[in-house]
This record gives sequence, C-alpha cells and structure tokens, in this order.
Amino acid sequence: MLKKKVAMLLAAAMVAATVVGCGGGDDAKTDAPADDAQTEAPADDAADDAEAPADDAADDAEAPADDAADDAEAPADGAASGELIKVGVINNDPNESGYRTANDKDLQEMFCEANGYEADFQYSKKNDEQITFAQNMITKGIDYLLISAADTAGWDGVLQDAQAAGTQVILFDRVIDADESLYAASIVSDMEKEGQTAVDWLAEQGLDEYNIIHIQGQMGTAAQQGRTKALDEKVAAEDTWKLVVQQTGDWNADNAKQVVQSVIDSGEKFNVIYAENDDMAKGAVAALDAANISHGVDKDVIVMGFDCNKWALEELLAGNWNYDGQCNPFQASYIDEVIKSLEAGEEIAEKTIIMDEKGFDAKTITQEDVDNYGI
Amino acid sequence: MQKNEVKKPNESMLSRMVRHQMFIPVLALVILAVFNLIADPAFFKITVGQNSAGNMVLQGFLISILNDGSELAILAIGMTLVTAASGGQDISVGAAVAIAGSVLLRILGGGNSRPEELAAPIIVAFLVSCVVAMLFGAFNGVLVAYFKIQPMIATLILYTAGRSIAAWINNNELPVITDPSLGYFGGYIPGVPIPTPFFIAALCVAIIFLVLKFTNLGLYTQSVGINENSAKLNGLNPQVIKVITYVIMGLCVAVVGLIKVSRIQTINYSTIAKDIEMDAILAVALGGNALSGGKFNMAASIFGAYVIQFLTSTLYKFKVSSDALPAYKAVVVIILVVISAPTVKEWFGNVTKKFKVKEVA
Amino acid sequence: MKDNIVLQMKNIHKSFPGVRALQGVDFTLRKGEVHALMGENGAGKSTLIKVLTGVYSKDEGDIFLDGKEGPVAIHSPQDAQKIGISTVYQEITLCPNLSVAENMFIGRTSGIGQNWRKMNSDTEKILRSLDIPATATQQLETCSLAVQQMIAIARAVDMDCKVLILDEPTSSLDEQEVEKLFKLMRDLRSKGVGIVFVTHFLDQVYEICDRITVMRDGQLVGEFEIEKLPRVQLVSKMLGKELDDMSDIKGEQKAYERKAGSVPVLEAQGRVSDAGIKPFDFHIDKGEVNGFTGLLGSGRSECVRALFAADRVTGGTIKMNGKPVKISKPLDAMKNGIAYLPEDRKGDGIVGDLSVRENIILAQQVLKGFFKPFSKAKQYEIADEYIKLLSIKTASADTPIKSLSGGNQQKVILARWLFTHPEYLILDEPTRGIDVGTKVDIQKLVLKLASEGMSVTFISSELDEMLRTCSRLVVMRDRKVVGELSGDDLNQSKVMSTIAGGDK
Repeated sequence: MLKKKVAMLLAAAMVAATVVGCGGGDDAKTDAPADDAQTEAPADDAADDAEAPADDAADDAEAPADDAADDAEAPADGAASGELIKVGVINNDPNESGYRTANDKDLQEMFCEANGYEADFQYSKKNDEQITFAQNMITKGIDYLLISAADTAGWDGVLQDAQAAGTQVILFDRVIDADESLYAASIVSDMEKEGQTAVDWLAEQGLDEYNIIHIQGQMGTAAQQGRTKALDEKVAAEDTWKLVVQQTGDWNADNAKQVVQSVIDSGEKFNVIYAENDDMAKGAVAALDAANISHGVDKDVIVMGFDCNKWALEELLAGNWNYDGQCNPFQASYIDEVIKSLEAGEEIAEKTIIMDEKGFDAKTITQEDVDNYGI
Repeated sequence: MQKNEVKKPNESMLSRMVRHQMFIPVLALVILAVFNLIADPAFFKITVGQNSAGNMVLQGFLISILNDGSELAILAIGMTLVTAASGGQDISVGAAVAIAGSVLLRILGGGNSRPEELAAPIIVAFLVSCVVAMLFGAFNGVLVAYFKIQPMIATLILYTAGRSIAAWINNNELPVITDPSLGYFGGYIPGVPIPTPFFIAALCVAIIFLVLKFTNLGLYTQSVGINENSAKLNGLNPQVIKVITYVIMGLCVAVVGLIKVSRIQTINYSTIAKDIEMDAILAVALGGNALSGGKFNMAASIFGAYVIQFLTSTLYKFKVSSDALPAYKAVVVIILVVISAPTVKEWFGNVTKKFKVKEVA
Repeated sequence: MKDNIVLQMKNIHKSFPGVRALQGVDFTLRKGEVHALMGENGAGKSTLIKVLTGVYSKDEGDIFLDGKEGPVAIHSPQDAQKIGISTVYQEITLCPNLSVAENMFIGRTSGIGQNWRKMNSDTEKILRSLDIPATATQQLETCSLAVQQMIAIARAVDMDCKVLILDEPTSSLDEQEVEKLFKLMRDLRSKGVGIVFVTHFLDQVYEICDRITVMRDGQLVGEFEIEKLPRVQLVSKMLGKELDDMSDIKGEQKAYERKAGSVPVLEAQGRVSDAGIKPFDFHIDKGEVNGFTGLLGSGRSECVRALFAADRVTGGTIKMNGKPVKISKPLDAMKNGIAYLPEDRKGDGIVGDLSVRENIILAQQVLKGFFKPFSKAKQYEIADEYIKLLSIKTASADTPIKSLSGGNQQKVILARWLFTHPEYLILDEPTRGIDVGTKVDIQKLVLKLASEGMSVTFISSELDEMLRTCSRLVVMRDRKVVGELSGDDLNQSKVMSTIAGGDK
C-alpha cells in the first residue's frame, strides 16, 4: 500500500504543468536587436529565394532562384489575379488561454483568401509534433512558414530544410534557439517592458507608500519573469515600496483569491494588488469584495492586471480596477507586413520586431479601447 | 502528543486511538493548529464584518479554510468511492470540472459570452451540467470496469482532452455572467454570514452519509474493491458498481463546477480546478484509506480534505516564498503519507504496547 | 550413485509454521526417463519441487546430482539452473511480446553486447533439432500455447539441463497440442534427460511415463514402475485407501430412495460453461445429499460452478422444481434458491477486510436489494445468531474475517449462505484446510440440513467424507462425467475403479 501511495506521489509530480498565460513557457528574452550588418546578407538571400516559389505555385520546388530579380513584382500580381501566397501556420493549442485564442483568431482572419493567402493551420503544444507538422508543410511546398514554437530547442534541422526548400520562416510570439540566418523575422512581446510599463504607471500614482500584494504567474514562465523583474527592482530601490506578500497564483483566480484572503485575514495593510494576469486580479478582487475593501479608481486598493481580456478592460471602464497591461496577441498584421516587404524584395531592417504593447489606465480608457484591444 | 496521552489511565484506549483511521488526519490537524496558534494566536479569531454587497459576513482564517476547502471535500467524496470500488483514482477531475463549468456557463449565457440576463434559470443549467458530468463519469467508469483499463490510464484520456472540450463547448469564448445570483453559490447568500460553499459541502456530506446509511453503496463498493470474485459470486455485478462510483464522482464534479464558476462568475479553461485531483487523492490517502481500494472511511477522507486546505492556508499565511511552496507542501505530504503507511502504523502500535508493558512493570 | 541415476533426494524434511509439508521424502530420477510425481492436494509435491528448484530451503535431507561430489546446495532458482535443474511451469513465464530468440536467451547473456545474428541462428538450430514449429524472429505471443510451452522447454533444455521439471504443462492444451508436447518429451528422453512430470491427468501418466512416485500428506507412499501399478491401485494410493481393506467400508448414509413421480429440486441438462468441461446432466431431489467426485482437476468444481453460473455458461438448460429457469449469472441462481460455497475460500469466498458481520449478511443483503439495507441492529442480531449456531470463534462480529482461522472463515461463509435460506446448497470443498473438529461439524450440519429438507451437493477430496455424507456420487474423470454411483455401489473400491477407469 505504501508503494502505491509513493507511486501516486511520483505520478503527481510527473504530471507536467501545462503552460498558460501570455507567451508563457518560452524564455523570450528579446535577442540583441538585429541591426548589425552581418544579418543583412542572409536576409537578402532569403528574400530572393522566396520569390522564386511564389511565381510558380504549381512547380515551386524546382524553381531556381536565378531569375528572381525579373519577377520581383510577380507576387503582387499573383495576389491580385488570384494566385495565393501559401503560408503554413504552426501555433500552440488555441484552448490554452484567452491570449492564445485571440492570437489564433487574429491569424485566421488575416491569412485568408480575401487577403491573398492560402493558409494551412496546425496546432500542438508539443514541440516534436510541431516539428513534424513543419516538415510536412515544407515537403508540401509553402512560401512562408509561421511558427509559434512550443519549445525553444530542436528547430535547427527543420529551419535548414526550410531554407533549402526556399521557404521563408517567420517566428511569432515565441523565439527559438536557432541562428538568426535561419529565419526572416521574429515578432515577439517584451515581457520585461510590459512589467516596466506597469511599474512606471504605478510609480506615477504618487502614493505615500506602496504596500503591494504581488501575485505571480506560474513560476519560471517568461511572462512571470518579465512582469516580476521590474517590480522587484523598484521595490529594492525605493524605501516606500514594500511587498506585503509575493506569492504565486499559478495564473489561477482561485489561488490568487486565497492569497489575498490570507492577507486580509491576518489584518495586514495593503493598498496595491499587482496580479500578473487578469484571472488572478479577478480572484483578488473577489477576496476584497468579500471583506468589503474598496478597490478601483480613487478607492483604497489599486488593482492591476495583465493580458487585456475584454472583461478585464470592462472592469477598468467601470472603475473597479485601475490598470491593465497589454500582452499583444495581434501579431498577424506585423507578419503580414513582413511578408509584404519580403514579397516586394525589400529587406527587413530588424529581424526581431517587438510589438507595441499598451498599458491601460482606468481613468483614460474608452469603450473604443475595450473593443479594439480586448481579447 | 503521544507522551501526554500515555499518562491516561487506560492504555488500550491509546493503542486503539493510534490505530484508529482518524488518528493521522486528526494528529496532522492538531499539529497544524498548534503550530499556527503559537505563531499567531489571531489565526483562530473570527470577526463579523461586511462584504461589498453590504451583507454581514464572518471573517477569519478558519472561515476561509472552511470556505476554500469545500470543493476539495466534495471531490473527496467521489474520489473515495472510486478508489474503494476500482482500486484506482480518477485524475480527470480537474478537467471534468472545467467541462461542467463550461456547460453551466454555456446554458446560462445561451451562447452569448456577455449576456445581459440569464438565458436559463441557474437550476436548469446546473442540472444539465450534472448530466454532462455524469456522462463523462460513466465514460471513465466504462473504460475502467468493462475494458479493464487501469483507472489512472483510463482517466488520463479525459485529463488530457477535458480542458479542450470545455473550451470547445463555449466556442473558445470566456463567458462572463454579471447576474449577482450566480455569485451566491461561491460567495454569500444575502443575509447569511457564512459562505455558501460551506453549506453546499455540508449538504453533500450529509447526503452521502444518508446514502451510505440507507443504501448498500458502502457494502457493495467495498466488497467489489476487496474481492471482486467473491462479490460476483454473491450476486453483485462489479462492473455496474464501478461505473456507479464514477457517475457519483461526476455528480460531485458538477457541484464543484458550480461553486468554482460562481466564485469568479466566469471561467478559465486552463486554470479552473487545476491539479485539484491530486489534492483530492491526497485527501483520500490522508484519511488513511488504501489507494489500492477496498475498505474506506468516508468521514476520514472528508476530514483529510479540510486538513489539506488547512495546510495550504497555513502556507499562504506564512508567506512561504513562491518557489518553495510546492517543496514545502511535498515535504508535509511525504511526512503525512509515511506516517499513515501501514508499516509505520504497526510500529506506532508496537511503541504504545511497549509503553503499556513498562507501566505494568 | 549408480550410473543411470541423475538425481537423488534423500530424507527431505520441510516444515512451515503449523504444517509439516515434507516428512522424510525420498525421490530418485534416472537418466532418460519420464517420472510422474502424483498426489492429491496437500500431498507435498509442489513443496518437493520448490525445494528442488531452490524456491524453498529444506530443513533436512540431502540432494545428490550426477557428476557432483557429495550433496549439492541449492539456495535459489539460479543455483538450480546452474547445476542443470530447470522447471517449466503451467503458466508460461516467458515474455509474450519478445521474439522467440529473445525469449530463449533472455537473462542468459553476459556483458552488455548482444550478437543478434548469432542468437537467432542458434535459436533456429535448437528449434529444428527439437522439431518445434516456430521461427527465431517470430514474436512469442503469435505462437500457440503448446508451442510456447515447447519453447519454454527448449530454453530449459538448452541451458544444459539434466533434470527437467514439467509442472502441469498440459492443463491448458488441447489433445493435439498434448501429442506434440509428448513427442518433444520422448525426444528429450531419448537424449538422456530426466523428466519429472506433474499432472492430474491419469491417461497422460499412463501414456508417457516410465515410473511413478506417489506422495500423500507430505510423505512418500512409494515409487513404482508404471507396468506394475494399475490405475485403480494408483488412485487408491493417492487417496490413501488400500483396496484390500476398504471394499466393505460403505457409506453410513443409507441409499436414497427416489420416490416415484417426484420432481427434482434441480435438474440440469447439457449444462456446460467456458471452464473447459464437457456438457453434463445432473439432478438433485429434495432432502438429498449427493456429490461430485474425481481427482483434482477432473472438473468436479467446474460442474457445480456451471450450475451456479459462477463461470460463463455456454449451454444447457436448468429446471427448478420442474419449471425451466434461466440461470446465467450468480444472482439468477441465488434468486432461484441456490447457494454456492466456493472451493477457493480466500479468492472467491471471503471479503477479507470486511467484518464477520458484513460477510454473513452479504449474500442475503444483495438478494434483498440496494435500497433495503439491514439496520445495524438487525445485522448484529443475525451475526450473533449465526456465530452461536455454528460456534464461530471470533473476537466479535466486527472482527475482520481475514483475521479468523481457516475453519472459522469457512463457517462464516457457510453462515452467509444458510442465511439466504437456500433450497439447494452447493458446498465445494467446505472441509479443505480446516481442523478435524470443524470438518465433523460441517458434515453433521450437512446431514441435519438435508433431514430438514434442503438439497445439498457436497464435494470433498476426502472420499471418506463423501461416502459418509452422500447418498449418490457423480464420478468425473478428465473433465467428463464418467459414472454415477448409488446404493450398494457406494463403496471405496467401486468409486476408485470408476475414477481410474481404463485398464479394467
């Protein structure tokens, strides 16, 4: 019986934690900006290669890149005359989080026939499955391969195959450990910047003292690390900033509620809740409500969340919360732009493209913002 | 603890007590309580406050524990029966809660993710989610009973797929229900100062004890779990009984789904009731029930669930750092499980016997 | 040691707590012979084999092996294998998902390297030399059971064995498969291997064996050459009754007179289950005690299990009191007033962790229904009543049944079925493994129940008990009903000659 129990525990320990939250799981520290001269050359070659397949969709595999220059305008014509740009999209499971759902929806809307694309979407949260999908797509013959990798490692081989087959690779949402020459561009969020924006906003509020309940995301994820870093640094630097508690809520509303409940029960003072996603902010607010602690604009406790879920922005609009930091899932337009430039034979100035990410203040947010940025 | 008790005149009482199934969970609770009391006497303070809706409510750590432990206690009921009859555990519980919650919201929202008003009465939505959860339970049960798949493997299917199914039910939308009446189940009913989940859990516990008293559920599940051949030769149908326990588990899941959804009035498919199955299994083990099935003590399992919540709350209270939280919990769990292991229990028994001999001498 | 003797066991003693399993047993095996080891349950043959193969350590005695100076020490199955003693068990202990060659060589290679090609070609050679219809690279589970059995034997033989022990290798094989196996055994015999053959099938013993050693109650009865031991003699030696002095001992039960025109309580026709018995007919009258007899493995338990639908029933009809009834699962049987006390008390009877009280009420409780549990008070009342009635020795009604002695466990199971107030009670080996006092109690109880009008089928491996209690015996051999004895035929010699059959 003991054996069984021990085995049970082991089994419990082995159940891998599912990665959730915005861009979670990757170590998406932004790479050094790709402005050094060396990267331009491969980017050029890559751009040339890509045009060849585009001009003859039926025969793309064999099409040599020799006459690329002559056909520089071909893709544009092709799109207009119904010749579609073939893209393969490999994404994580859209059910993983609201962020991912919005991300997938955005991509689906962008890469459709109306916009001149023929897209093949494949989903997996497992790296090896994703790699298999990629390989199949390359074999089938596509112009662009868009990847949001489940894991950072193991992609070199596929990317080399892609290069050999003349397929351009664009990474989105998550970076991978591969040489920059192997992909055309990567479009990512800067989690540290998200944290910094939020902390800067909080500093602007000019409170006499900051007693912060810091509810972290799942430990070790990029989103958690990025959003925690700025706050940690600020607390270390300022005497008036204090963490009442710093605890993980595992992205989970329920856990966050318990953390805040625990602080309320112990009677400690606090005036800021810095939750690293909207769900946890919501859980925290539930605990505040149960104890009749006022929160929101010009109230006792400042509530901060991340991810810009629509319902969260509505809370902002109603003045119940104070701040929500965006984690931009809308990468499709960036990707579209990159593809358009490549098709036009232009070079991509910076390989790593960091998306604009806003922070919304309850005092200034508008219904339009909610509609545009809510996910 | 033990030494204090030894002074009692009746030694056989002690050895009986040590061997009693409730001994370990009670001991764990006492240790936790004493620990908290020493660290902060305010731990046990209960105050009357007000919530933002203007209701009088009780507040304090103990209330929080009773409140937050409700889901676990309810799931421990189902997990105990499943364990007893099938000699294995249902690890799909958390995913099934996501499904039940998703169904509930789908019915309440009527397919609209921001409904102005409820599309159906809560009771209707709840009943539908019960039916769905019980069907999924039956699916698990059939795999276990008729296809003879190891329970953990059989339920792994739903564990893996459940959250995606939950998301699919609502077209990947995250419905938010603003109607305050949904909030009653996870919060407070106006005018009642005690959190509703506590009442729901108490009701579930009362129902299961009535069922155990007025039906043969206990006898049948235990017989099947202890000796399936014998149960069969005594006219029982082990397969049907196993499936029934999984269906009951489904019912528990639906109730927990209601509470969970009510607590935040929305759902997050990937995090709702995450890892709760592990705590539920732990509650069963902590209650001194063999995870290999057979004889069970329902009260001990439920008690175990609250002990686990007590532990979680204690860890939060002591602000154990985020990185170390799982490690602390693991250590405590290992200690609890080891001392509830039969060999250690035997050793306990022998020690008390020695005390007895000494006193006689 | 004589030249042709390959193994000699002398004066082997082995005790377990409370049981003297082997008491001074000698056993001799010669080169190139097939030697049957015979005995009923508890005779000690499996203990003897386990001592020989190092599973148990002997308390006393010596084992000599051809080519070794002095007695050999065998402390583990590995030791036994090293000195050339190999065993093939009834259950195949190979790995079904590995290839034949892998199974042949598993656990026998040294180092970490493996020459697959050589392994496969070696295996092919062995398979061909023994004429086994399999290929080296074939997956084991794709072979028939007999072939798997033969591969297990080939593996044993290839490990340079001088003594090959076959523990009931034929029990799951059909007749043709048995023939193939025998051919292999004859081949090995001609190669000089000494084979110990354990089986329950008399026909097979007389077909292939050269010599028989009979054991009973942990003691050696004797070693005989096959020609010098007719079947009926063998049966009498196994059962412990000398033919000469038993012919006049007759059952104390007087012959049951069947009343003309009376309808049997139960009448079965062509009943057959998936447990491997031939279809049989059977009937029992009100107040009658009858029994199934035969050697172990003859199918007597399978017959009563088929009546109760304990195994999956595959054919036949049953009438209760003249009315056709459908009995396809145990609950059907129970509803029709049939009760069945199973042979395997531990595996099929007791619900170990539950209390005596719960074990007593279980069957009747199931009959009563899910929503109608007996109240606690009523349960105690019932339990106390039966504890007193059957003088069950237990600390209390709440004691877990597993902590009771075997005899008392059996009484609890008996109480369980008596409490269902059956019309027809089947007792399969109710007296096995329990103390003498309890045995007598149970026999008396059976007669008392019968006198009160209950019909009872009583099975025991002790013929005495059967003759004492039964008025009619159904005799079985090799999974078939071969005779029915009653009245003056109910004596030991007649029973044994019917069991033995064949060489009359």
